Amino acid sequence: MATTTLAPGSRTYGRSWVLDWLTTVDHKRIGVLYIINSFVFFFFAGLLALVIRSELAVPGLQFVDESTFNQAFTMHGTLMIFLFIVPMFSGFANYIVPLMIGAPDMAFPRVNALSFWMLPLGGALIVSGYLVGGAAAGGWTGYNPLTQQRFAPGDGTDLWIMGLAVVGTASILGSVNFLTTIFKMRAPGMTLFRMPIFVWTVLVTQTLILLATPVITAALIALFIDRNYGGSFFDPSVGGDPVLWQHLFWFFGHPEVYIVILPALGVVSEILPVFSRKPLFGYRAFAWATIAIGLLSFSVWAHHMFTTGVVFLPFFTFMTALIAIPTGVKMFNWLATLFRGSITFTTAMLFALGIVSMFLIGGISGVMLASAPVDFHLQDTYFVVAHLHYVFFGGAALGVFASTYYWFPKMSGKRLNERLGKVHFWMLLIGFNLTFFPMHMLGIQGMPRRIADYSPDAGWTVMNLIATGGALLIALSMIPFLVNVVTTLVNGEKAGEDPWEGNTLEWATTSPPPTYNFDRLPPIRSERPLFDLRHGQQAHGPGPSPGAASADARVEP
Amino acid sequence: MSTQATSRRQGGFPIPLVGMLLFISSEVMFFGGLFATYFSARASFNGEWGPPAGAPELEILPIALPITIILLVSSLTMHQAVRSIARGNQSGLRFWLIVTLLLGALFLAGQAYDYTQLGFGISDGVFGTVFYTLTGFHGAHVFGGVIGLTILASRAVGGQFSARNHVAVEAVSYYWHFVDVVWIALFTTLYFLR
Repeated sequence: MATTTLAPGSRTYGRSWVLDWLTTVDHKRIGVLYIINSFVFFFFAGLLALVIRSELAVPGLQFVDESTFNQAFTMHGTLMIFLFIVPMFSGFANYIVPLMIGAPDMAFPRVNALSFWMLPLGGALIVSGYLVGGAAAGGWTGYNPLTQQRFAPGDGTDLWIMGLAVVGTASILGSVNFLTTIFKMRAPGMTLFRMPIFVWTVLVTQTLILLATPVITAALIALFIDRNYGGSFFDPSVGGDPVLWQHLFWFFGHPEVYIVILPALGVVSEILPVFSRKPLFGYRAFAWATIAIGLLSFSVWAHHMFTTGVVFLPFFTFMTALIAIPTGVKMFNWLATLFRGSITFTTAMLFALGIVSMFLIGGISGVMLASAPVDFHLQDTYFVVAHLHYVFFGGAALGVFASTYYWFPKMSGKRLNERLGKVHFWMLLIGFNLTFFPMHMLGIQGMPRRIADYSPDAGWTVMNLIATGGALLIALSMIPFLVNVVTTLVNGEKAGEDPWEGNTLEWATTSPPPTYNFDRLPPIRSERPLFDLRHGQQAHGPGPSPGAASADARVEP
Repeated sequence: MSTQATSRRQGGFPIPLVGMLLFISSEVMFFGGLFATYFSARASFNGEWGPPAGAPELEILPIALPITIILLVSSLTMHQAVRSIARGNQSGLRFWLIVTLLLGALFLAGQAYDYTQLGFGISDGVFGTVFYTLTGFHGAHVFGGVIGLTILASRAVGGQFSARNHVAVEAVSYYWHFVDVVWIALFTTLYFLR
């Protein structure tokens, strides 16, 4: 580093790398911070899952009392959703989206840093309930009156409300940033329908965050006023309505499901074409299907509330079943992409295929639950737990690992070990199915969710034991993953710019990219600019002659 | 990479204004959620909807209507501020920003005085809860706008804006007009749609 000569007498700017990372406004570093932060909360929320499964392994209360158990499943759900999956994909999107659209950074770099740093703060608020005599225990859905002062007198619930409001505000600021970036920062030639599918899914996801999260913020504020200032939003004795909470929560909560899953589906659509050596089948159909899911997600919230008796069942059943159509379109996109492809089974590809199959199961059980008569039977049983984990874990969490294996070479410059990766994948997939598949049967047999104990005569013991064994296998599968990450960072195989022969712009720069991302961008004339660069113009028929490379834009650093 | 450099490279609508419009659309959903609590409470309320028994009826005079007019006028003065700087008129910008700022502060003072005269509180039944929550969060947004105007005014005194470079003034004006529109909806709902 050169000493500055601008200000006479000033010291050489000694930058410690810690301070560098704490004050960074570079989208790539912020992305990495998001990812690390999310893995920390994933670890903690995973431990809580083990508490839950250990307690349920056999009948009787062995490890924790009911109150601790209630806190465990509440914190598990809250942290996994709001501080693991959603910010994890915000992290990957932070790193990858500006690269994919050929931008030097996000539109508002300092807002970007702000929306990251609010996350550990919000997460700490939520978790700090454990330090003040008990964390929130009303479930991640926070139904009233379970979260009212009368039934949850501790400060844990207030901290939960404040923490979620902070995390929500962070994600709203993030969504403003992502959308502005995608709308305004695309490189010349990068039209909307040439954007990588992952960018499309981020675009729709962030729109949902922008429009759905403020509603839960309003609901959380109302709950806070009820609890602390004698308000009566949700208190029926003075004119309030507890079901109003459910309406507000699920008006946010159902779009939230797509906020969680859409980026994972986008990652699948990046990985399958690369490792099948084919373009994504039906790019436009996939983009439109993503938009359709986003629009429909605002009209289905009350399918979580069938048994309240105050919602119009046929409408919400119909709208919910309708979502199966764009989702089915995506399934066919993927299968047709794989069809007669030249497939290589890298770890990233295995995870992507795992998502396709597991998300299919979660989607099918979702359509089952959309049917009101079936839902009346299965409401609040383990069938719902199985369904949501096939979507959140089988879809989104596997998507996190698919993204990790796929983009780790770009972020670190080194390739993760494939053998350890495959051990991780198979342990995780088998453990996942052992844990959650039996829950379908438990639910149909009537085992309610959110209970700490059950009767030995209920006939649920064997399957609960299997589920607990599976959970242990999931936990163990994290060992090869962590070993893989650490050993690769220490002395992994060099990745080079483009280890997978990718299609999208993030592979057109060094690994890891320089602060300004690109010295030079290739011409962008399709949704696969790097494929075009490798294979020339003939793949797309008669195009502009090579001499007319006016779209070959230089981006000033 | 500053946003200024990027926005010069890109044509069309300036990046900060896109960001502000997106932020406002999220605020629309926030107030949508709060209004939903109001209408839900009103729809399921048994008895006469309004301030709790013993408290005086809500009246638009002597406070609610005057502060409404103050806020509406402040939107016009904000617009004058933007028009002034668009023509490069620095002193006009300073004058109109400070007028807008004072009108916003006057609105807040009027609202605070109104709260002391209403005769019911946030814990007096569901009407009190929704009344204070909705008007309170609107007031908080006006307060945020006043902070924004203060920053703008101090920057304007420093001569930081010009006919070409005043996107921050425009962004805050969008926000100020939005807060005004929310108040019109709120005023109509609370005082006329009873």
